[in-house]
Amino acid sequence: MAIRLTAILFSVFFAASALAAESAATPKLDIGKGASDASVQCVEDPKIMRKVHMNYLMHQRDETVHKGIRGSKYSLAGCVDCHASLKDNSVLGSSDHFCQGCHEYAAVKLDCFECHTSKRKVTAEVSK
Amino acid sequence: MSGTNLDRRDFLTKSSVAVAGLAIAPGMVFYDMAQARPAGEAVSSKVRWGMLIDSTKCETGCNDCVTACSTENGLSGGVKSTDSQWIRKVELKDLRTSRMSSLPMLCQHCEHPPCVDVCPTGASFKRADGIVLVDRHLCIGCRYCMMACPYKARSFVHEPLTDQKTEVPRGKGCVESCTLCVHRLDKGQETTACQDACTKAGHNAILFGNLNDPESEIAKRIRSVASAQVRADLGLNPGVQYEGI
Repeated sequence: MAIRLTAILFSVFFAASALAAESAATPKLDIGKGASDASVQCVEDPKIMRKVHMNYLMHQRDETVHKGIRGSKYSLAGCVDCHASLKDNSVLGSSDHFCQGCHEYAAVKLDCFECHTSKRKVTAEVSK
Repeated sequence: MSGTNLDRRDFLTKSSVAVAGLAIAPGMVFYDMAQARPAGEAVSSKVRWGMLIDSTKCETGCNDCVTACSTENGLSGGVKSTDSQWIRKVELKDLRTSRMSSLPMLCQHCEHPPCVDVCPTGASFKRADGIVLVDRHLCIGCRYCMMACPYKARSFVHEPLTDQKTEVPRGKGCVESCTLCVHRLDKGQETTACQDACTKAGHNAILFGNLNDPESEIAKRIRSVASAQVRADLGLNPGVQYEGI
């Protein structure tokens, strides 16, 4: 009986972990610049960024607004610059877009872009 | 004899080079100390940003500073009556003498800002370098600061916004006002959009700079000509000051 229970528990556990790693429901996101150019790397390991990007941003926003420290690698403008879709220069718009897609999947409200722009800043040289 | 002359020539050449070196080097050192803030270092009270506006040079009917502010910060420029306004032109008439004057009115960046005193969340704050700002992450939109401000300098964002500028995030439900183009200053630029527009229009009515640096243009001018603060009786010591009012 105990062996059977353990087997059931194990099978459930493996199924769950497999689901967490990759499944049909995992969003296939448009990651922006990194998709076409492997030399473009995120500011930290993607595994860490997935978990704690909000903490980096929260810390950085206070540094910037109150102390005037800009140009840190953890800037929201930096996120948008890399991760905005190369098609429409945005991180929002559909479930494929980087920020919106993952936040929909994780069911976490995303309110950064009520004030901050969700568009990549396109300079004259880039748009050519 | 010729040896003496050569020595003398040599001496003069070397000493003139040395003098030139001295003249440039202290200037450069001074400039570095006074102006440049290394990236990653917090703002300090060594700098106090201020503005001196000469209302005698400010032309009636000219609106270039207001337009430039809207362009720089992504404001609508007053399409709707509720739209934000960070700087506005004011025409004044002295009832006794009928003298007309014109000036731009904006956040005065007080040393003792009443908007900061009344803010219940700490969203309204004064940065170490004298710029009074709203931290929109903390602002709950109560608008006490708008009531407290004697200059009517602040606006409330009533409608949802789209297409904000990357450097100037703004959104519905928050109070906002002139930031002295803080995004420019943090990048090392030392002009504001309104000042640039005024200079470009040829009026040169707006002078912007560091009030704490005795060698800055603005500090020299404040020392040498009569200037006034609006509602100086309130004792707020605004960073924005006016000539000819």
